Amino acid sequence: MEKKDLICIGCPLGCMLSVEMNDGQVVKVEGNTCPKGDQYAKKECTNPTRIVTSSVMVDGGTIAMVSVKTESDIPKEKIAACMKELKGIKVSAPVHIGDVIIKGIADTDVNIIATKEVALK
Amino acid sequence: MKYDIVIVGGGPAGLAAATSAKENGIDRILILERDHELGGILNQCIHNGFGLHTFKEELTGPEYAERFIEKIKALNIEYKLNTMVLDISKDKKVTALNKEDGLFEIEAGSIILAMGCRERSRGALNIPGYRPAGVYSAGTAQRFVNIEGYMPGKEVVILGSGDIGLIMARRMTLEGAKVKVVAELMPYSGGLKRNIVQCLDDFGIPLKLSHTVTKIHGKERVTGVTLAQVDENRKPIEGTEEYYSCDTLLLSVGLIPENELTNNLDVKMVPVTSGPEVNESLETSMEGVFACGNVLHVHDLVDYVTEEAVAAGKNAAKYIHGEYKKGTYIELVGCDGVRYTVPKYINPDNMEDVVTVRFRVGDVYKDSYVSVSFDEKEVIHRKKRVLAPGEMEDVKLKKEDILAQSDLKKITIRIKED
Ligand SMILES: Cc1cc2nc3c(=O)[nH]c(=O)nc-3n(C[C@H](O)[C@H](O)[C@H](O)COP(=O)(O)OP(=O)(O)OC[C@H]3O[C@@H](n4cnc5c(N)ncnc54)[C@H](O)[C@@H]3O)c2cc1C
Ligand code: SF4
Repeated sequence: MEKKDLICIGCPLGCMLSVEMNDGQVVKVEGNTCPKGDQYAKKECTNPTRIVTSSVMVDGGTIAMVSVKTESDIPKEKIAACMKELKGIKVSAPVHIGDVIIKGIADTDVNIIATKEVALK
Repeated sequence: MKYDIVIVGGGPAGLAAATSAKENGIDRILILERDHELGGILNQCIHNGFGLHTFKEELTGPEYAERFIEKIKALNIEYKLNTMVLDISKDKKVTALNKEDGLFEIEAGSIILAMGCRERSRGALNIPGYRPAGVYSAGTAQRFVNIEGYMPGKEVVILGSGDIGLIMARRMTLEGAKVKVVAELMPYSGGLKRNIVQCLDDFGIPLKLSHTVTKIHGKERVTGVTLAQVDENRKPIEGTEEYYSCDTLLLSVGLIPENELTNNLDVKMVPVTSGPEVNESLETSMEGVFACGNVLHVHDLVDYVTEEAVAAGKNAAKYIHGEYKKGTYIELVGCDGVRYTVPKYINPDNMEDVVTVRFRVGDVYKDSYVSVSFDEKEVIHRKKRVLAPGEMEDVKLKKEDILAQSDLKKITIRIKED
C-alpha cells in the first residue's frame, strides 16, 4: 500500500487529498469536498492532465489579442507541444466565445477555442 | 442627471451588484467604468478557474465576465465606459469625467462602491538600488502578455507568491521564458494552494519561502537580483545572499483596495483591510453608500466577489424602496488569529436569514477550530484541516440564532488550537 498527498486543483478551494494506491491503482481517496476531487485524484495518479490557456493575435479587431483555451484538459506532457502550435497563430476579427481556433491541438482530439468576444474595428 | 443607484466600477463586483439591484425592482441604475470595456481585472486573467461555485463550470476570466456583461445588456442596464469617477460627495453627488459628456454630476439615491484594488508597487517596498527597466508588477506583466501580446523578458525572478505572481510564473514559462525562482518574504505562500501546484510544481519552479530581494543589479536594465533568507523579523540574514541573473523582476507583493474616493467621502475605514467598515447589508458608515468586491477587502476568488455584490445590490434596492430599518448594532470582533471580519456590525432587523461573515487569518494553522461566540457563549466550533492567510474563510450566522440570544452585544470569531 502506497500513500500520496495531493492538492485538488479541481477548483480554487484546493482541498487536501490523501490517496491510497495499490499496484498503480487508486484504492481510496479522502479529503475531497466534492466528487470532482475523487476523479481528480484518480486521474492525477494515473494520467495527469491540464487545461491550457493562452492568447493569440487578432487582425482587424478592437483589441490586439484574443484569449483561448483547450476545450477540455490535455495530457500534461502535451502542454509544450500545444504552446508551440499556438505560437504565431493569427485569426481575423470578429471572434466569438467558443469559436474553434485550432482543431485537434498537439495530436489530440481537443480543440483550441476562443474565450473572449472581439468585435471588428 | 438623476439615478436611483450609481455603481462605481464595472468589474465583476459592479456588474453583479447592478443585475441584482435590477432584479430587485430598481430601474434607474448607472454603472460608471473608467476602462474601455466592462469586466474589470477579469479581462486580463485569461487562465481558467473562475465560476465553479457560481456557474458549476470552470471558466476563464473573460468568459466569466462575459456572462455578466450579457446579463447587463439583456436587462438594459445603463453604463458609461471610458468614464472616470473623480469625486463622491456626502449628499451622494457623483462627479465623473469622459470625452462625450465632459465633466458631469449625477445625483444618486444610493451608491455602490466597486472600484476593485490595485497592486502594491515597488515604491511601497523599498528595495535599494537604481531603478532599471525590467521591474514590473505581476499584474502589469499579465496585461502585457495577455492583452498586448508582448513579453516583458526572457529570464525572470518573481518576488512575492501572491496568486498573480504564481499565474505569471506559469504564463511566462509557457511563453518560453525561464522563471528561475519565486521568492516569498513570509514563511508561507500568499497564494492559493492550487496555483502553487499548477503554476510552480508542474514546471519545477522553486519557491523560496522566507526570502527576499536585497539588491537589484543593473543600471539601464535589470541584469540580476540578490536574494537572501530572512529571520523571524523579516530582516535579511547575512551570509545567505545568492545571486540570480535575470532581465526581469516581477513583483507580486499584494493588493490594496482602490479607496481614494472612499477616503474623500470620510467613511470609517478598517486599517487591516484598507477598505471601508460595513454592516450586515454591506453599507458603509455613510447611509445609502454600499461597498463590495475588492474595494471592500481583497478576494482571491471571484465567485465570492459575485456573491457579495449580489447582496450589496439587493440591499441598495431595499434602501431605495425604503425597507431599511434603523436598529441596534451587534459588533463583530476578530481575535486570536482572525485579522478582520466583513461585516463589522450586524443589525438583526436588517439581516437576511443567514449572513456570511468573511475573514482572514494571520498565520498558518493546522487541525484547528474556527470558534464563534455570542458574548461569552460559544455557538460554533468547527474543525479546519488547514487555515492559511492566502485563503479567505467564512462562517454563516443564522438570524434565528442571533435573535434567540437576548441582549447580544458582541460576536467574537477566533481560531482555537482545540
Ligand atoms: C492584476 C490582478 C490579477 C488578478 N487575478 C486573479 C485571478 O487570477 N483569479 C481570481 O479569482 N482573482 C484574481 N484577482 C482578483 C480579482 O480582482 C477579483 O477576483 C475580482 O476581479 C474583483 O472584482 P472587482 O469588481 O471587485 O474589481 P475589479 O475587477 O478590479 O474591477 C474594478 C473596476 O472598477 C473600475 N474603477 C476603479 N476606479 C474607478 C473610478 N474612479 N471610476 C471608474 N471606474 C473605476 C476599474 O477600472 C475596474 O474595471 C486579480 C486581481 C488583480 C488586481
Ligand atoms: S474536491 Fe471539489 S471542492 Fe475540493 S478542490 Fe476539488 S473540486 Fe474543489
